[in-house]
Amino acid sequence: MSVQTTAAAPTRQQRALSLRDRDRILSIASPIGLLLVWEIAAQTGLIDTRFFPAPSSILALLYEMLRSGELLMHVGASLQRLAWGILLGGVPALVLGIAMGLNRTIRALIDPLIAATYPIPKSSILPLVLLIFGLGESSKVFMVAIGVFFPLVINATTGVREINSIYLDVGRNYKADRWNTFWTIALPGALPVIMTGFKLGVGIGLILIAIAEMNGAKSGLGFLIWSAWETFAVEQMYVGLFMFALIGFIFTVLLNELERFIIPWKTT
Amino acid sequence: MSPGAVPLRPVENAIAAVRPAIRIRDLAKTFGELVAVDHVSLDIAPGEFFMIVGPSGCGKTTLLRILAGLETATSGSIEIDVPAGSKRPDNSMVFQGDSIFPWMTVWQNASYGLRMRKVAAAQVKDVVGYYLDRTGLARFAHYYPHQLSGGMRQRVAIARAFANDPHILLMDEPFSALDAQNKLLLQEELLHIWEEHKKTVVFITHSVDEAVLLGDRVMVMTAQPGRLKQFVPIALARPRDIMELQGAPEYGELVHRIWSSLRDEVQRAREIENRIGVKS
Repeated sequence: MSVQTTAAAPTRQQRALSLRDRDRILSIASPIGLLLVWEIAAQTGLIDTRFFPAPSSILALLYEMLRSGELLMHVGASLQRLAWGILLGGVPALVLGIAMGLNRTIRALIDPLIAATYPIPKSSILPLVLLIFGLGESSKVFMVAIGVFFPLVINATTGVREINSIYLDVGRNYKADRWNTFWTIALPGALPVIMTGFKLGVGIGLILIAIAEMNGAKSGLGFLIWSAWETFAVEQMYVGLFMFALIGFIFTVLLNELERFIIPWKTT
Repeated sequence: MSPGAVPLRPVENAIAAVRPAIRIRDLAKTFGELVAVDHVSLDIAPGEFFMIVGPSGCGKTTLLRILAGLETATSGSIEIDVPAGSKRPDNSMVFQGDSIFPWMTVWQNASYGLRMRKVAAAQVKDVVGYYLDRTGLARFAHYYPHQLSGGMRQRVAIARAFANDPHILLMDEPFSALDAQNKLLLQEELLHIWEEHKKTVVFITHSVDEAVLLGDRVMVMTAQPGRLKQFVPIALARPRDIMELQGAPEYGELVHRIWSSLRDEVQRAREIENRIGVKS
C-alpha cells in the first residue's frame, strides 16, 4: 500500500525551490524599486510633493509619531473597534448562517431579509447608525460588525448547504444526534467556505472602520487621515494609509495561519 | 485445496431452519410516478452473505437505503431481528464512493459510530485498534483522508462499519470506484474479516463476479420497476480463496447462470433509458 508523500524527485524539488526563491526576491524588489523611484522623483522635483511627499519625509513623520505615542493611540483605537466589530458581527453570523443551512424553516424566514438588506452599500447606512448610536464607540463597532456579518452569514449558509449529502447520510446511519451532527459534520464540513466568508468580512470591516472614523471620531486611523485632509498635512495622511496597509497585510497573514490551524485537512 | 475440488454445501436447508435476521414483506417504494421497488418479499438468514445484483436504476440502492433507515418505504414492512436489550446498532452501511469525513483522521473516522453511541473510551480504543490492524491501517491512524489512496479510504469506511459492531452490515457497491487490483485485494480482505464473526451482510453489486465470489446467495432484480426475479444460491465452500475460486468450474457455471438471468434485465433497462431519454 502506498501513501502519497510530498517527496518528489530531487531535481524537481530543487528547481521548484529556486523558482520560489526567485519569486520571493522579485516580490521584495518591486515595492523597494517603486519607493526608490518615488524618492528620486520627489527629490528632483519631477512630481509635486504637495500630493506625493518623498517617502523619506513620510518615514520621518512616522518615526516621530511613533515616539510621541500618537500613532499607537490611533492604531489601538482602530484595532479595538475592529476586534469588537468582528466578534459582535461574526458570532451571530456564524450561528445564524449554520442554523439557516441546516433548517429549512429558519432559512425561509431569514433568507428574504438578508437578500433585501445585502445589496444596500454598507457605508450608506452610516448616517442612520450615527443617529441611533451617536458619535461614541458603538457606532464604529456596529459598522464593522455589519461588514463582517453579511459575507459570513451568507457563506455559512452556503457552506452547510453544500456539504455532500453522503456525509449527512453517514451521520444518520451512525446515529449522530443533533448536537453531534452540528459539531462533527455541519461545522467542519462548512468550515472552508465559512473561512472564505470570514476573510471577506474582515476586509469589508477594514473599509468600514476607515469610513466610520472619518465622521465624528476623535481617534483612529480614519480620523488621522481625515484630520490630515482638514489641515493639509499630506505626510500624516500617508502615515495613516501606510498603517492601514500594514494592518491589512498582518490580518491576511494571521487569517491564513488561522485557516491552516483550524482546517488541517485542507489540501491546498 | 486444489482448483476444481470446491465442495458444495447445503446452504438453502440451513436458511429455512432458523429465524431470519431480516424479514422483508411486500416492500414498495415509489418516487412520484416512478416505481423504484415493487413489492419485494424475502428472508435473509443470520450470518448470510446476501448479494443483490440488478441493472442500474432497478432500485437496489433504494432497497438498501430503506434497510439503513435513510429512506422510508411507501408500503410493506422490514423487520430486523435484534435480541431484546441489545445495545448494538441494527445496521451500519458502507457507502458507494468516498464517504469518510475529510476533516477527520483515519482514527476519528473509524471510531465514529462508537463515539456517537458513547461507548467507553477504553473499549473504543480496543475495537478501533483491532479493525485498523485488520485492515492494515494502524500505521495511518493519524493521517487525513486526502493523504491516502482511494483503496485505503475505502478500507477506512469498512473499518468504520465493522468497528461499529452492527447486527447487519449493508454495503452499497463499496468497491465500484476502485481499480481491478485494489478491488481484488479488498474483496479478499473483506472475506477475511467477515469470516471472524460471520455477520449478516447485504451487499449490492453490479458485478456478477463479485456476487459469486463473496455471496452465499444472490438475488437478481428486474429492471425498473425493481422486482425480485430470482435467487441463485452460491453453494461454494468457505473460507474462500478468490484466486482459486476463479479457476473452478462451479464458479464459471454460477457466473453464467446469474449473467443469463441478468442479461435480459440489463437489455430492458437500456430500452427504458432509450425510451425516456435519460439515464436513471
